[in-house]
Amino acid sequence: MDLEGQGRIRQVIEQAGADGVVAVLGANSPTAVEMTALTLKSGDPSYAGPLTGIALGIPSYHVLESEIADQFDPALYERELALPALAMDVAEVVAPLKSIRDL
Amino acid sequence: MIDLKGKRVLVIGERDGVNGPAIEACVKSAGAEILYAETLCFV
Amino acid sequence: MTFPAITAVANVLAHAPGLVRYGSKPLRDAAHAPATLEAIAARLRPYEDAVAYGPNQAFIGNLEPEALASLPRPWFDALDRGASSAGAFGDLISEGELLGLLKLCDRARLVHLDADTLSDAAARLAKRGIVTPAEMEALTPADGPAIDALCRGGEAIPLFLDGRTVGAIARGHEEDEALTANVLLENLAGKATGVLALRRLLTMVEGRVAPGDVDFVLAGSEEAVGDRYQRGGGNLAKAIAESAGLTGATGFDVKAFCASTLYAVFNAAALVQAGVFSRVAVVAGGSLAKLGMKYRAHVAKRMPILEDVLAGIAILVEHPRPGDPVIRLDAVGLHTIATGSAQQAIVEALVVKPLAKAGYRLSDVDRYATEMHNPEVTEPSGSGDVPRGNYRLIAALGAMRGEIPRDGINDFIARHGMPGYAPTQGHIASAVCYLAHALRAMRAGTMRRALFMAKGSLFLGRMTDASDGVSFLLERQGGNP
Repeated sequence: MDLEGQGRIRQVIEQAGADGVVAVLGANSPTAVEMTALTLKSGDPSYAGPLTGIALGIPSYHVLESEIADQFDPALYERELALPALAMDVAEVVAPLKSIRDL
Repeated sequence: MIDLKGKRVLVIGERDGVNGPAIEACVKSAGAEILYAETLCFV
Repeated sequence: MTFPAITAVANVLAHAPGLVRYGSKPLRDAAHAPATLEAIAARLRPYEDAVAYGPNQAFIGNLEPEALASLPRPWFDALDRGASSAGAFGDLISEGELLGLLKLCDRARLVHLDADTLSDAAARLAKRGIVTPAEMEALTPADGPAIDALCRGGEAIPLFLDGRTVGAIARGHEEDEALTANVLLENLAGKATGVLALRRLLTMVEGRVAPGDVDFVLAGSEEAVGDRYQRGGGNLAKAIAESAGLTGATGFDVKAFCASTLYAVFNAAALVQAGVFSRVAVVAGGSLAKLGMKYRAHVAKRMPILEDVLAGIAILVEHPRPGDPVIRLDAVGLHTIATGSAQQAIVEALVVKPLAKAGYRLSDVDRYATEMHNPEVTEPSGSGDVPRGNYRLIAALGAMRGEIPRDGINDFIARHGMPGYAPTQGHIASAVCYLAHALRAMRAGTMRRALFMAKGSLFLGRMTDASDGVSFLLERQGGNP
């Protein structure tokens, strides 16, 4: 993830607990999505951030994954997501996520 | 199949993909609660 | 209606491998993982490699960015040993020369540099026509023991050249967090590279425009110049103007995250258009904080650390002469509060609306200059190809509007886009790095118009969750009036 926000996320989860928490991502590159999802599920894969070795177990979805996107208000989808959905290769970007959720 | 209703969500948007505010609006419309939200800028 | 013109642009680079350790990410990592510095040192590249690197040659104007598409990746393996450090748009100076410029630009007696480094820098910079021997001779070198004592005492941080300590920069105050040695180094590096760009710009217009003929200077970079009572006081513009001999000018800084420089050009054009000034220079120095930003991925993948250059740009805005391309002030794209945060609304505001005001459709623009970050720097860390991501947004919007066919997105990008080539120096990569190339092409008659769009990630400052952006059309005179 090399997410510089890892520390804040860790604090938020320590306070609020991880039950029923999911992450919803918006990145447009499969590598970014993969790194974020792995960090939130099993800990920072780069072994360098505040979530190194901390498996929060939080599943990540991409906002454009159909099982998520189908739940949004259609007018909102049109306004907020229609362009990004056409601009990025959604299948390629979301591809890493299912197997990481199943880890 | 995940049901977003009632879930607590960490929103991690990206400036040139789908940003934080966009994800927040959509996720709220599905009945989820926002626990944390940010937009990443990789450059 | 006539619009103001861009008549000269300088694009410069300064090789700074010894400063990578002071970049934000390396500095923070080294604080808790001392092995960081060793890992970085092992992957720094020599000056010759930075000069021979395609994207750097494209930045300084010896190569068109479009030509990078046919250069095999990885570009850091396809080096051109015959490439010159003297670019059509400016120089790629060595680290020794950069240190000499730091010393020249230092008005607060903070920088100490040993005699050999200083005299070598003076000779090289004079040969490039950037400095006079006299002004360099007026500088006092420091001796080794004095440099060491300052660093040992904690008052200064060392400056390195080829792995040796050759100087130091002192803090400006014992308590002031805005005047630590690291902050002052960051600010001075921005000043020095801004001065390099502005001095190069002046050589380009020598004979027609004297330094004293420039009325005003706007700076748009990423540093925060100030003190404990006003951390972002600014007006580095005036400091840069002073070091470049613009005796008739004053100025101010434009601060808008990475959109700063493009906003500064827009602002300069408005001042000239309104008749307040006849000639305004826009200048941008480099970002020390962004050196080595993605170093972890480069080290992990055994690549050279590519974020080892500071960049600078200087632009002259004045009334048009025949052949000068003009800034369409009637077709400026703005990301207003009402635009909101939906990606589609943003691209419409920055691309569709300004073009429509000028009577154009997407395909009427010959080239789009967006966030032109070198993908070879960003891809290893999972940050993707930033220019391509932006081009895909524009093309996809074109497809949604029926202006291009859905299966024509890649073709649109091939025709109207180009590979990223700019160092990840934020504001520098945000469209302005292409002004020099567009000016050249429009003067040569091979390009009619280009759209420049820059984004500013305001949300990073935590005062808003909004982002921002600005755009304008640069066009050959005689385009749609």
